Amino acid sequence: MATAPLTRVLEREVRVWRHFWRSTVVFNFINPLMFLAALGVGLGGLVQQSSGDVDGLPYLDFITPGLMAAGALQAAALNSLWPIMAGIKWIGTFQAMVSSPISPAAVYGGEVLWNVARSVLGAVMFLVAAALLGGVPSPWAVLAVPACALCALSVAAPLTAWSATQENDVPFSVVARLGVIPVFLFSGTFFPIDQLPSGFRPLVALSPLWHGVELCRDATTGHWNPDAQALHVLVLVALSAAGWRVGTRTFTARLTP
Amino acid sequence: MCAAPLIEGTGLTKRFGSFTAVDAVDFRVEAGEAFGFLGPNGAGKTSTMRMIGCISPVTAGELRVLGMDPTTHGAEIRARLGVVAQEDNLDLELTVRENLLIYGRYFDLPRAQVRSKADELLEFVQLADRAKSLVDPLSGGMKRRLTIARALINDPELLLLDEPTTGLDPQARHLVWERLYQLKRRGVTLVLTTHYMDEAEQLCDRLVIMDQGRIVDGGSPRELIGRHATRDVVELRFASDEDRQKAETRLEDYPRLETSGDRLLVYTADGEAVAERLSTEGIHPETLLVRRATLEDVFLILTGRTLEEA
Repeated sequence: MATAPLTRVLEREVRVWRHFWRSTVVFNFINPLMFLAALGVGLGGLVQQSSGDVDGLPYLDFITPGLMAAGALQAAALNSLWPIMAGIKWIGTFQAMVSSPISPAAVYGGEVLWNVARSVLGAVMFLVAAALLGGVPSPWAVLAVPACALCALSVAAPLTAWSATQENDVPFSVVARLGVIPVFLFSGTFFPIDQLPSGFRPLVALSPLWHGVELCRDATTGHWNPDAQALHVLVLVALSAAGWRVGTRTFTARLTP
Repeated sequence: MCAAPLIEGTGLTKRFGSFTAVDAVDFRVEAGEAFGFLGPNGAGKTSTMRMIGCISPVTAGELRVLGMDPTTHGAEIRARLGVVAQEDNLDLELTVRENLLIYGRYFDLPRAQVRSKADELLEFVQLADRAKSLVDPLSGGMKRRLTIARALINDPELLLLDEPTTGLDPQARHLVWERLYQLKRRGVTLVLTTHYMDEAEQLCDRLVIMDQGRIVDGGSPRELIGRHATRDVVELRFASDEDRQKAETRLEDYPRLETSGDRLLVYTADGEAVAERLSTEGIHPETLLVRRATLEDVFLILTGRTLEEA
């Protein structure tokens, strides 16, 4: 009974998604192909010529899990911003939901889980595209999908919670430009973090994407490193849990003032 | 007579920070009636409705809806309500019919039941031919009717309508009113807010007049008019303020004179007599209108302001 309304929120999102799933699927497949071809194969070829392997990996193998996790994070972050304001204010879909037996907490939970579900779909498509290009050496790579899900959740949960506290979307562009983009670029996505000036390296540990990228890279390359992996999972779970706690409150305060 | 009221508010209060939106109001809504909150914008009508709809916590006082406490049984109460919010919040990403289907699912209704109910409701609000259309291209009146249909998907005992016809053209308003009559005839209890006195008079069996968070008075439209206004109202407009003041002094013996904007309103049992007297006394207003008193007059007399400009 307690979780039924949350599944109703998901049901609504699936219904909306059915109107545009084709373009999403095509985009989710073409996009990784382009990025991997340009950066992994094209730029990667140059990297390979001039400096050889990166962190013991061919550059294509190095960048594939980076881009995979980064794609999941970026999608999760953007879907936690404008669509949330639309539901709360511009269109009012969430207002309509809470007039039914659905609670604000269920709206929050349903939206976050749907966001994660879309990231998972993107991750699966990414993996297929990457495998076709030869950037996935290990069959353990299937575990990169749950790693992406956790990375997406650790961003979607707190960011969705925060979006519900905003009056308009002006701060969203700031988050997208000054939050998402630096995280995207400097989380061990394109190059190992020991390339960063030493003062910056501790900051990377704060980036959920870095933890996600590390988990993904271990998975696609078949590395087993339980202590570090447990720590990455722990950080991402902690961010998710904290976000979830706050989100049920911010949604309740915003939707039922 | 002794049946429990469907809604009962006692000393019901809503504060947002230091601002008091609803200030200790008392009201009862009985099963089967059409009950209205009439008042200008900012009177506290929407805040009251949101508390009844269990989407806004009560700050102080008592509220019972369908015999339950919204604080502890919000979801159970909402399961038996239909809500038409002031601003259309239809799902713009779905078709007309899908809007009804998914809303039924929010109430945990079985899919097959929702499908047949949706088709029945689309007929009822005359939108069956637009079932597959997206929502955005619909006219304002159609969106409103769809919102009403959506609110009926769970066969509610109680339908809450916040400003149901605000922003609609006269023809669209009449179509909405006509559907609401039908519902009332079927025994659905209607609770609505409005700042249109004609809407209140047309639809409401009983209403309360709200102003600045308080209930000023309540009763049937006829009772309220009888209690506060007179049978007739003579509306006069003058070419200049001087002319108007002159007329005001000459008509001082009428117990009820009100000015509203550039109009002078004379409340009297016999409007024709006033008109005759004006002409014999040589007072020539630019326009003169004798009409029956309305709830608008009641509001003006009680608060000194009109519903539109208050």
